Amino acid sequence: MIYTQSPLAIALFVSFVLFVLGLSFYLARRTTSSEGYYAAGGNIHWFVNGIAFAGDYLSAASFLGICGMIATAGYDGFLYSIGYLAGWMVALFLVAEPMKRLGKYTFTDALDSKFNSKGIQLAAAISTLVVSMFYLIPQMVGAGVLVQPLLGLPHYVGVIIVGIVVTLIVATAGMASTTYVQFMKGGLLLICSTILVIGILGRGLSTDPNQGDTKPYHDFQTITASVAGDGSLLLSDASYSASADWQSGHYGEAGFVKLTKEGVETIWQFKKSATGFNLEETLFVTTLADGTKLYNGASKEEGKFFPVGHIKELKIDGVEVAETGAVGPLAFLKAVKESTVVLWGKQYVKNDDGGKTLIYYQKPTTGTRILRPGLKFKVDNASGTDKFNFISLMLALFCGTAALPHILIRYYTVPSQAAARKSTLVAIASIGFFYVLTLFMGIGAMTNGVINLTDNNMSAPLVALSFGVILFSVISSIAFATVLGTVSGLIVAASGAVAHDLMSNFLGIKMTDSGMVMAGKMSAVVVGIIAIYLGIVFEGMNVSFLVGWAFAVAASANLPAILMLLFWKKTTAPGITASIMVGLVSSLGLILLSPDMWVRYGLLPQDAPVAFNSPALISVPLSFIALVVVSLMTQNSMPAPVED
Amino acid sequence: MGHGPAVKLGKDYASSYKTLLGIRMFIAYTIVYAIFVGINAVNPSVMETIVLGQTLAVVYGFGLIFLAFVMAIVYNHFCTAAEARMNK
Repeated sequence: MIYTQSPLAIALFVSFVLFVLGLSFYLARRTTSSEGYYAAGGNIHWFVNGIAFAGDYLSAASFLGICGMIATAGYDGFLYSIGYLAGWMVALFLVAEPMKRLGKYTFTDALDSKFNSKGIQLAAAISTLVVSMFYLIPQMVGAGVLVQPLLGLPHYVGVIIVGIVVTLIVATAGMASTTYVQFMKGGLLLICSTILVIGILGRGLSTDPNQGDTKPYHDFQTITASVAGDGSLLLSDASYSASADWQSGHYGEAGFVKLTKEGVETIWQFKKSATGFNLEETLFVTTLADGTKLYNGASKEEGKFFPVGHIKELKIDGVEVAETGAVGPLAFLKAVKESTVVLWGKQYVKNDDGGKTLIYYQKPTTGTRILRPGLKFKVDNASGTDKFNFISLMLALFCGTAALPHILIRYYTVPSQAAARKSTLVAIASIGFFYVLTLFMGIGAMTNGVINLTDNNMSAPLVALSFGVILFSVISSIAFATVLGTVSGLIVAASGAVAHDLMSNFLGIKMTDSGMVMAGKMSAVVVGIIAIYLGIVFEGMNVSFLVGWAFAVAASANLPAILMLLFWKKTTAPGITASIMVGLVSSLGLILLSPDMWVRYGLLPQDAPVAFNSPALISVPLSFIALVVVSLMTQNSMPAPVED
Repeated sequence: MGHGPAVKLGKDYASSYKTLLGIRMFIAYTIVYAIFVGINAVNPSVMETIVLGQTLAVVYGFGLIFLAFVMAIVYNHFCTAAEARMNK
């Protein structure tokens, strides 16, 4: 799938980036102290901080990843929205005010506030760095995804642009500029997403997603067929022909047939019907033995790999219709529920030349099936491992939010505990509203013929493109700003862990206040370079899925320590250190040995030593157990923590 | 470099009340969330049940988001009132 670049989109993007950089350089002149650099001086208004929370939190994973996953797998993508928001209840009810009360610059400050322990300082700083890195990967991947349609640049260039711009932002003004960038971005994202959803509802649903002949949609063909006595395939469309040995080989065994028309080879799915057989057109990506990729048999630039997403059968109150016209949000979902939408499955087939072909085949799916879990996560007739994976993911999403370092440090930017609480309330309202919108944006992409099957992360910006280049340009620029803002927050958190927690506290390096700021800026540059590298390596993975891992690591390494410190008086410094390290090592170890990582290593997923992808259900309890056991063992050797 | 808050905070006499309220409300929300996850894991076809014209999955999902917002407002209301009452 290829895109046409618009000068307007490029102009908007460049303007936005220049504005953000200008703001950073302006704020940099007022940021001379470490309080200013790491905590924006602690005087941000709670409403601004609340929207900035939304800016921090509504990252590429939310806007690109969730919408993309809903577009291709329905309600399963929305599960991320639900889990991400539920996590804010942990933050509001248990963490917000104590974090404000205990900490100064970093998450480590709060954990170490009662102990002044070198072990906690080291473990928490490592945890902050690891979680921030895991969270940075999907943001950088998202940046690379965005620049392709927006600027016509390859993935790695987008990653490098974000890396450089963000490092400049952070290295100039730290938390102050990050906060105001997040505030603007969060507000704009909410406004533009609302406009997009109003557009989707106003257009309504249609079985012909060409939007009044303004946007051509490929008509996917179905050919009827029968098998002759000699085994040859007889096709209703005589312009196509199949080879005599169509039933044998890798394709025949996988249920596909290669047909040739005017010298062009296409792949069709073979299905039994009441009267014989149906052949349904597929899309396919062939990877040749030398690594060259062909999209529907041609190079990507030839544009033969079509965007997809259409309704096969549209019903309102049980009556079949061609289109709904403008509908309200509930009527929209009700119509989808009663209809049948064509989703797409995928299957790999080996080629004789040593290459392989990834075939995307049509999968008509009822609306009730789309609007309930089970299309991505295997929950129906699921094995124990499948159920474990699902519960573990939902646990990670629930527990991860309140343990993300770049979210926690935002509590230090407000002046009081009440302001911390109120900013969390604003965050919940704005983030919750946005997550409701994700369902409509995702289904809008699913039914408007805009999905790029090779990378569903672009679904939300591409549904905006179906309304015109202006909305697309604005949405894409904001999406890019989304990445900029979140990466800024993460790099501030990571640089604080290096300069404040490791260099100053753990190693005891004496630094002046300005030296402390300089150390943070240098750390930001190093972290930025590492993030660029990781963003290039992980190209192509769904960004929301990647964020799920970051949540699992954060929930395992940080949350047990935070909660037990606040609510269990027998917690000791060695207990907290053990909890962080056990949570970190177990979650990381399980991820690195998981089936999805095995694919990244170029191995078969079924050969992975661990059968599940989401580790939280094991690593979070392990972290709690480690804290309790070690704390009980060290009661006598450690001084009791000081009460507030 | 020392620890401690980035800004000076006064003594909060409502702290215990807010902590207890937070724990109770957290438990209440967690139960509702756990039931949602449990249904999806154990008997996902129940989520296809039509409730108020929508699938139960949609109603429950939106309900969890809306409930979070309502509980956040209630929590903030009681905390603000407690601060006004106890921190005079």
